[in-house]
Amino acid sequence: MSNLSLIIWIPLLPLAGFILLGIFGRKYVGKAAGLLATATMLASTLIALYIAYGYFTQYAGNYPKLVPVNYTWLSFANGLSINMGALLDPISAMMIVVVTFISLMVHIYSLGYMKGDERFPTYFAFLQLFTFSMLGLVLASNIFQTYVFWELVGVSSFLLIGYYYDKPSAVAASKKAFIVTRFADLGFLIGILILSYFSGTLDFNTMIGSLTDPNSVQLQSAASHTFLGVSALTWGAVLVFMGGAGKSAMFPLHIWLPDAMEGPTPVSALIHAATMVVAGVFLVARIFPILSISTPVVLEVVGWVGAVSAVIAAIIACTQTDIKRVLAYSTMSQIGFMMFALGVSKYGGESGLGFTASMFHLFTHAMFKALLFLGAGAVIHYIHSNEMKDMGGLRKYLPITHITFLLACLAIAGVPPFAGFFSKEEILLAAYENNPAIYYIALVTSGVTAFYMFRLYFMIFWNKNATVHHEHHHGEGGFAMMLPLLILALGAVGAGFIPFGHFVSSDGLTLESHFDLQFSAAPVALGLAGIFLAMWMYKKENNKPQQFATALSGFYKAAYHKFYIDEIYLFVTKKIIFNLVGRPAAWIDRNVVDGMVNLAGNSTVFVSEKIKKFQSGKVQQYAIWFLVSAVLIAALFIYVWK
Amino acid sequence: MIPDFIYLMRSELVVTLIIFFLLFVKIGKGMRNSSLLPVIQFLLLVNFLSHFACHCSGNLFGNMFLVTPLITMQKAILSLAVYLISLLCTEWLKKTEHLAEFFLLMLSALLGMFFLLSSGNLLIFYLSLELATIPVAAMANFDLHKRISSEAAMKMILSSAFSSGILLFGISLVYGSTGTLSFSALPALLNGSPLQIMGFVFLFTAFAFKLSIVPFHLWTADVYEGAPVAVTSFLSVVSKGAIAFVFMTFLYKVFQPLHTTWYNLIFILSIITMVIGNLFALRQNNIKRFLAFSSIAQVGFILVGISSNDPGGMTAVIFFILVYVFSNLAAFGVADVIAVSTGKETIEDYKGLYATNPFLGWILALSLFSLAGIPPTAGFFGKLFLLTAGASTGNYWLIIIAGLNMVISLYYYLKLVRAMFMDKNENPIPKIYVNRTVKWAMVLCALAIILLGMFSWLYDHIHSLVA
Repeated sequence: MSNLSLIIWIPLLPLAGFILLGIFGRKYVGKAAGLLATATMLASTLIALYIAYGYFTQYAGNYPKLVPVNYTWLSFANGLSINMGALLDPISAMMIVVVTFISLMVHIYSLGYMKGDERFPTYFAFLQLFTFSMLGLVLASNIFQTYVFWELVGVSSFLLIGYYYDKPSAVAASKKAFIVTRFADLGFLIGILILSYFSGTLDFNTMIGSLTDPNSVQLQSAASHTFLGVSALTWGAVLVFMGGAGKSAMFPLHIWLPDAMEGPTPVSALIHAATMVVAGVFLVARIFPILSISTPVVLEVVGWVGAVSAVIAAIIACTQTDIKRVLAYSTMSQIGFMMFALGVSKYGGESGLGFTASMFHLFTHAMFKALLFLGAGAVIHYIHSNEMKDMGGLRKYLPITHITFLLACLAIAGVPPFAGFFSKEEILLAAYENNPAIYYIALVTSGVTAFYMFRLYFMIFWNKNATVHHEHHHGEGGFAMMLPLLILALGAVGAGFIPFGHFVSSDGLTLESHFDLQFSAAPVALGLAGIFLAMWMYKKENNKPQQFATALSGFYKAAYHKFYIDEIYLFVTKKIIFNLVGRPAAWIDRNVVDGMVNLAGNSTVFVSEKIKKFQSGKVQQYAIWFLVSAVLIAALFIYVWK
Repeated sequence: MIPDFIYLMRSELVVTLIIFFLLFVKIGKGMRNSSLLPVIQFLLLVNFLSHFACHCSGNLFGNMFLVTPLITMQKAILSLAVYLISLLCTEWLKKTEHLAEFFLLMLSALLGMFFLLSSGNLLIFYLSLELATIPVAAMANFDLHKRISSEAAMKMILSSAFSSGILLFGISLVYGSTGTLSFSALPALLNGSPLQIMGFVFLFTAFAFKLSIVPFHLWTADVYEGAPVAVTSFLSVVSKGAIAFVFMTFLYKVFQPLHTTWYNLIFILSIITMVIGNLFALRQNNIKRFLAFSSIAQVGFILVGISSNDPGGMTAVIFFILVYVFSNLAAFGVADVIAVSTGKETIEDYKGLYATNPFLGWILALSLFSLAGIPPTAGFFGKLFLLTAGASTGNYWLIIIAGLNMVISLYYYLKLVRAMFMDKNENPIPKIYVNRTVKWAMVLCALAIILLGMFSWLYDHIHSLVA
C-alpha cells in the first residue's frame, strides 16, 4: 500500500476546516460554513475508509503495527523524544472509521438542527476542532502525543458543552467537566512520566515491547522500584487508567457526564456517546499488552470499575426523567461493559475474546448510541423540552424518528439480530469464562438496560398524548436531520454481522467467534422481560410506575438522586476540605500570621505611629515579618535540621 | 585588551550609550513623546540584537566580571523583555510626562542586571543588585498624580533597603568566616559551620525577597497594584528573571558545598510559596493583584525546577522564564491597554470582554492558558520541564504537591477566561482602539506562546549552552 501517508490528511482536513472557519467564519463564510465543514468531513471519511479497507484487506489475518508517518517534535538529550505520528493497527484503523463516520453524520445533522443559530460558523469550527483532536488522539504513535490531543479533546469539548454560553447551567457544566477530567488527567500525566521514565521511551511500540518482555532491564527495574508498597509499574498503569476513567466517565469520576448534556444535542451524540467518552476504553486497549502481561492487578481494577459503573449507571438511568440524562447514564453503563470486557480479557488467542468483544461493542455502540442521541435531538427539536413528562404519543408526528429510535432501542437491549446483541453476547461470554461474579452483574445489568431503554421509548412515543404547539409546527426537521438517522439505523441493524474477530484482536491474529444458542438464551430472555415490563408499565398512561416507585421508595429515591454521589463530592469539597483545610488556613492567616505581625508591630508601635501618617503603616510590619522569618529559618537550619 | 573589553562588555556598553543618548535628549530641547518613543523602541531592538554579535566568553577585572555564552543568552532574554514592554505599553508611555527619564531609569536597572549576571564577586554582586533595584523604585512612582503610586514606591524602597541590610550582614558573615568574596574561591572554603549557614540564609533572604518567595513576599502585591502597568510587568518579568538566573549560578556553583541546606530550604519554601500564592490569587479581584499573586505561585514552580541541582534543571528554568516573558507580558499588555483607555482594573469589569474586544480577549485567554500550563501552549512545556527536573531528585511529594497546585491555579486562571468569554455584563468595557504597534507586539507574544513549545531546537540550544 503505497498511499499510506495519505493518513495524515484524515486529521489535517478538519484542522484546515477549523482554521478557516475560526478565522474567516463569521465575517466571510457565513451560512456556507456548515457545507464547507461537512465537505471536509466527507473527504476525511472517504480517506479513512480507503485506508482502513486497504489495511484490512492487505494484511488479512496477521495485522502488523505500522507507523506510516513519524515526525520528531521534541527530542531530549538521552534518546527520549516526543514524536508526532500516525500508528496504524487494527484498533486505530477501526477508530478512524468510527470517528470520521459519526462526525460526518453529526455534521450533516447539525446542518438542519443548528439552522438559524447566531453563531453557526463558530459551532462548526468547534466541531472541526474536536474531530481533529479526536483523530490525532486515536492515531497517536507516542503516548505523549496521546496526552497532547487528550487535552485538546478536553478543551474542544469544554467549548462545545459551553456553547450556549448565555445559559448559566451550560457554563457550569462545561466547567465541571473540565475540572473533573483535569484531575484525572493529572494522574494520566504522572502515569505517563512514570512509564516513560522506566521504559526510557515515549513511543508506544517500543514501550509495549520493553515493558512486556520479562527479561528486559526496563521491566525489572520498573517492577522492583516501589512507592507506598506498590511497584512503580503498577502505579504508572493505574494512573494512566485513572486518566482513561475520567474521560470515559467511570465511577466515581462520572459526575460530569450527565451535566455535560447541557451542550447542543448533536454535540452530545458526537462527544458523549460515540467518540470522546470511549477514549478511555481506547487508551486501555492501546496499552493492553502491558496491563495484561505485566500488571494483571490493574486489569482486575479495570474490570471491577467497569462492572460497578455499568450496574450503577443502569439503575440510575431507570429513574431519570430528562431524556438526555437517561441516555447519558446509559452511555456510562455501556462504557462500563466495554471496560470490564477488557478487564476480564487475557492477551492472545482464545482467551483474548474480551478484547475483541470490547472493541466490537465500542463499534456497534457508536452506531446505535449516536442514533439514539440524534433521535432524541429530533424529539427535543419538535417538543422544545428535555423532560419526558412533556412527551408522549409522538409516533404519529415523528414517524421516521420513531422507527429509527425503536431500532436503536432494540439494538442496545441486545435483541437478536440487531447489532448490540452480537457484541454484548461476546462480552458476556468473555466474562462468563473468566470472572463469573462480573458475569452475573453484567447479566442483570443487561436486563435493566432493556427496561430503561424501553421505558424511554414508550414514554416518548406512546403513553399519553403530548400537547404539541401546532402553530410553529415544522415537521421532523427536514432531510438533513433525517438522512443521518436512516444511515445510522442501517448500522444499528447490520453492524453486528461483521465478523469482528477477523479484524480486531488482542494480538493481531484472527479470532473465530462462535455463538452458542444455549448461552444466549438467558440474556435474551432477561432483555425481553425488561422490554415487556417497560411496556406493561409505560405503554398507556397509568399509575403503575408511581405505585412501583412508592413500593421501592427508599431505593428509588436514592437512585433518582443518582445515589447522592454529587452530594458526596459536594460534602467532601465544601464541608470536609473547606472546614478542615480552608477554615484553619484562613484562621491561621487571620490570627497567627497577622497576629504575629501585629505582635511584632506593637513592639515598634512608637516608631510606627510617626511613620503611619505618611503611608499605610504596614511596611514596618513587612520588615518585622521579614526579619522574623530570616532569623527563624537560620535557627532552623543551624540547630534543628543540620 | 581593548578589543576584548569591547567584545565582552558590549551589552553593557550599548545600554550605557542609550542611557547617554537619553540624557542628551533631556538636556537638549527635548522631543515630543510621539517621535521619541519609536526611536527608543528602535534602540532597544538594537540592544537586543547586539547580544547575537559574537559567541564569546572570558573574564575581566581579575574575575570580577564573567561572560559566557549562557550569560549572554540570559541578557538577551532580559533585553527582549524590555523591548516587548516598550512596545506593549505604548499607550501609557505616550501619555507619560517624562518619557526620557522613564527609560533612563529602566535602562539603568537593566544595566544593573547585566552586571549582576556577569558578577564574579560578592562585592560587585551587591553593587549591581542595588543598581538593579533603586531605579525601579523610582519608576514605581511614575503615575505622579496617584497617591497609590507614590505609596508603592515608598514601600518598595523601604523594604528593599531593609532586605539590603540583611544581605550585607550575610555577606559580612560569609566574608568573616572565609576571608574571601570571590565566587571562584568561596566553594573550597565553605564547610557548613553555623556562622556560614547563618550568612548563607541571610544571603538567601535577599534573593527570596526579590523573587517574592513566601514569607518574604509581603511587599509584592501592594507594589504591583500601585505601580503603573509598565513597571509592574518590568518587576514581575525582567527583575524576577534576572534574579532567578543569578540565583541558580549562586546555588549551583558558589554554594554547592551547602547543597543539603539549600535543598531543604527550597523544598519547604517552594511548597509554601505555591500554596500561599495560589490561595491568595484565588481571592483577588484586582487584575494586577491577581497577576501579582499568581506570579508568586509561578515562582514556587521555578523553585521546584531549581531544586534539581543539575543542568537539566537550569535548562528548564531558563526555558520557563523565556516562556513566562511572553505569557506574562502579553497578559500585562492587555491589562495596560484596558487600564489606560478605560481605567478599569477589576475582574468584574472584564466580564464580557470577548463580546466587545475579541482580539484582546483572545490574547489574554491565550496568555492565561500558557500561565496555567494547558497544553499545547508553551507554558505547558515550561511547567512540564520544571516538574521533570524536580522529579529527578526522587522527591515525589514535591512533585505531587506541585501538580495539585497546577490544578488549583488552573481554576482561577480559567475563572478569568470564563468571565471574559461567558459572563454577561450590563456595562461592558467599550470597544477599544488598539494601537498598531501594540497589536503587533501582542501577536508576536501569541505566536511565541504557541510556537515555542513546538520547536525543540531552542530548548536544545539552551541545554547545549548549560551543559
